[in-house]
Amino acid sequence: MADKTELAIELKNISKSFGSVKANKNINLTLRKGEILALLGENGSGKTTLMNMLSGIYTPDSGSVFIDGQQVTISSPEDSVRLGIGMVHQHFKLVERFSAADNILIGAKNKGHFLLGKNRYKEIEDIADRFGFKIDAAKIVANMAVSEKQTLEILKVLYYGAKVIILDEPTAVLTVQEIKKLFDVLRKMKEEGHSIIIITHKLNEVMEISDRVAVLRKGEYIDTVETAKTNEKQLTELMVGRKIDLNIDHPRIEKTKPLLEIRNLSVNGDEGNLAVDKLSFYIRGGEVLGVAGIAGSGQKELCEAIAGLRKIKDGMIIHGGVNIAGLPPQKITEHGIAMSFIPEDRLGMGLAPSLSITDNVILKKYRKGKGPLVDRKTGRAEAQAIIKELDIVTPSTEIAVRKLSGGNVQKVLLGREIQSAPNVLITAYPVRGLDINSSYAIYDIINQQKLKGVGVMFVGEDLDVMMALCDKIMVICHGRLMGVVGTDKITKEEIGLMMTGVLNTVNAKEGKTAGIARDSALTAEEWEEGLEYAAERAYAEEDDASGERGRKAMTVARGRSTGSKRKEGADS
Amino acid sequence: MSDLELITLFVFNIVVYSIPLLYGTCGEIITEKSGSLNLGVEGTMAVGAIIGYIAGCRSNSFLVAILVSFLAASLVGALFAFFTVTLQANQNVTGLTITTLGVALYFFIGKGLSGMGKWPVLSSSDKMVKGFKNIEIPGLSSIKFVGKAFFTHNILVYAGVVMAIVLWIYIEKTSMGLKLRAIGENPAAADSLGVNVNLYKYIHIMLGSGIMGIGGLYMGLNMSGSFEGSNCWINGYGWIAIALVIFANWSTLRAIGGTFVFGFFNTLIYYNGPLANQFPHALGWLTKIPSQFYSALPFIITLIVLILSSVRKNSSSGEPAAKGINYYREDR
Repeated sequence: MADKTELAIELKNISKSFGSVKANKNINLTLRKGEILALLGENGSGKTTLMNMLSGIYTPDSGSVFIDGQQVTISSPEDSVRLGIGMVHQHFKLVERFSAADNILIGAKNKGHFLLGKNRYKEIEDIADRFGFKIDAAKIVANMAVSEKQTLEILKVLYYGAKVIILDEPTAVLTVQEIKKLFDVLRKMKEEGHSIIIITHKLNEVMEISDRVAVLRKGEYIDTVETAKTNEKQLTELMVGRKIDLNIDHPRIEKTKPLLEIRNLSVNGDEGNLAVDKLSFYIRGGEVLGVAGIAGSGQKELCEAIAGLRKIKDGMIIHGGVNIAGLPPQKITEHGIAMSFIPEDRLGMGLAPSLSITDNVILKKYRKGKGPLVDRKTGRAEAQAIIKELDIVTPSTEIAVRKLSGGNVQKVLLGREIQSAPNVLITAYPVRGLDINSSYAIYDIINQQKLKGVGVMFVGEDLDVMMALCDKIMVICHGRLMGVVGTDKITKEEIGLMMTGVLNTVNAKEGKTAGIARDSALTAEEWEEGLEYAAERAYAEEDDASGERGRKAMTVARGRSTGSKRKEGADS
Repeated sequence: MSDLELITLFVFNIVVYSIPLLYGTCGEIITEKSGSLNLGVEGTMAVGAIIGYIAGCRSNSFLVAILVSFLAASLVGALFAFFTVTLQANQNVTGLTITTLGVALYFFIGKGLSGMGKWPVLSSSDKMVKGFKNIEIPGLSSIKFVGKAFFTHNILVYAGVVMAIVLWIYIEKTSMGLKLRAIGENPAAADSLGVNVNLYKYIHIMLGSGIMGIGGLYMGLNMSGSFEGSNCWINGYGWIAIALVIFANWSTLRAIGGTFVFGFFNTLIYYNGPLANQFPHALGWLTKIPSQFYSALPFIITLIVLILSSVRKNSSSGEPAAKGINYYREDR
């Protein structure tokens, strides 16, 4: 055990409950001066709760906190700032509409700084310079990239004189290159004498950056180990509590012809910006197509457009030779396209949180029922089937979905979508916030679907997982296609470069444009005709809210697919 | 009356009718900048009006009237803050309750006093009358037309415009204003840097309500303090003020211009006849419109403004992002 004076922070027997949930149980933790401590644990293990007690957002129910050997009470963020603790939260605490400088100055004590002068930008830039950052202090946060925002958060923490810096999942939103840069910054801060706690559940990062690793499991403190004396396998066991196989299966089956073909798709975002920009790609049966991109690159808009939930500005979505762009969601479902989208708050889309599992299952198919009354019996049987098949832990089928744990909620959503026996499954962030076991269960479900010949589109966050699970990865940057690459032919670094728009491989292969199938369901002329018409419609009816868009294009395509016998195979 | 005299009088009255709206709007802007949507403007103005008026008459002091109306209204604001900040109650419901409560208090006090024959008459408080009388600004008031229309007003008119400018500087240019705006945009961000969010909210909700109260007092004095059992002095101005906040894009400077637009339509209620008589060829059609339409006009315009500003979506909107959302630090 290190000498007391060498400890920047010591936590003794910290407990914290929310209602009946014990988030932290008698946790002991030490942070040495000038070290990087990784705080490792699965989601829901209490990492963030523990750190929020250091940043003054929560106050512990019991236990004591020592800083530099002195016992302290942290009852507000103000106390925390004064004690030299700074935290970079996972969801940045920035005012989007303010400039970088103003975001930093929010907490400044007004000593002779009653008025906000024009020179404040220069002042902040000078301070940033001293810490080794280059920033544009007048830049508005809303216009910043994620990594810039993070830099600003770190600078903010340093500005208020933090000696201890806590970073909550800082790499979750960064590309490979940005992570490398961040780690360089952290190492530099460590050299300058700062003590750093980094919360994460990514083992490779723990191994790379930390000096020691403290592990939490289900709100309890497990152990602290020297990084140099451990390995990923041991850490996983500490984290999960038993041995686990970290390999993701990657079964292969013969791929079919393209099931879903998307050409030239443009979709507007909520703010009227172009969220998806002339995107072309296709999914074959029996393959998992990963969609990689920095958060907010148009993933959500793309999924919604395919499922018919968002108006399409331009382009075609061909399924079974028919253009389904602009059809209502119900019709698209009937085509056999199922979508499960897990938004950041997990419950926001797809499930009605207060309804039971049965009711949520019925939601998707009540129209098929006979008579005016809901057929709850069949619904219940189906709910039971899903529970059994996917190992959902629940006391009954009648419990409100929001009362289930995150993993089980996501299984219900995925299970319901699979139950409609789709031929195209679109799933976005299906393992968001899940622990390792549940994640692997979800990967298995996806693989099973793939083996059934379903075409799966997997919008993901974790590149390691996508590299292992997907057959191909499509990279988008600002809604634009950067390339579609086989996961066995590319490195994580290259994908990172594509995500930031530095590398574009759309035309890298001679005689083949990425995202355009050689054995397309339509001929080149049909595509051209359809797209031309869709574009005309889009131009003529810029603000037309009706779902009629591309109706003619659809008929054109349908006429071809049913009327004439199309050559099998290559058209272009 | 000559043409110019009538127009001067018309413009003069536009100013008279717009200033109480300016107080209400500025009060609501500073409240909303702290992230609180207080729909109780109407009630808050009513309380400030009647209590300030009675206190002023009783003490025969205009200054007391202003101070008491500010204090009474800010106490109503404190009630709103207690419910929404401390108890985390829904802001919309609380605001509506404040309106109901405030207007009810107004009638309760007013009817009670006039029923007992104790309603204070403005003319018997000579210092109140003197305090509210029009002041000619030396030099400026002698400018032709402009001087009569803009620079011979009562003290609250000048004070209102100065207040709007000072508030703008405070909100946009000072470090306290920066903290205030940060709370309205993202209270968690301000909190994490040690800003006392609840204190700021209390102070600015109370300050905003107090300012509304002075606007209410102005309206009462403008009606010469005569209490009728059927109509409240505020007469829906509080609601227009809330719409004006949106029209002014949360800027107290723009509120000055915005209130003039509404002042124009309010003045038209009384001046459509004279204007039509004076200019029978150009404006004769004004009298053909039923008077009820003129009374409804400010509210119709409010409706149109709200529709237009909801359609207009731009990033330069000054609307505080966290407006209407209660902040609780331990929220997960």
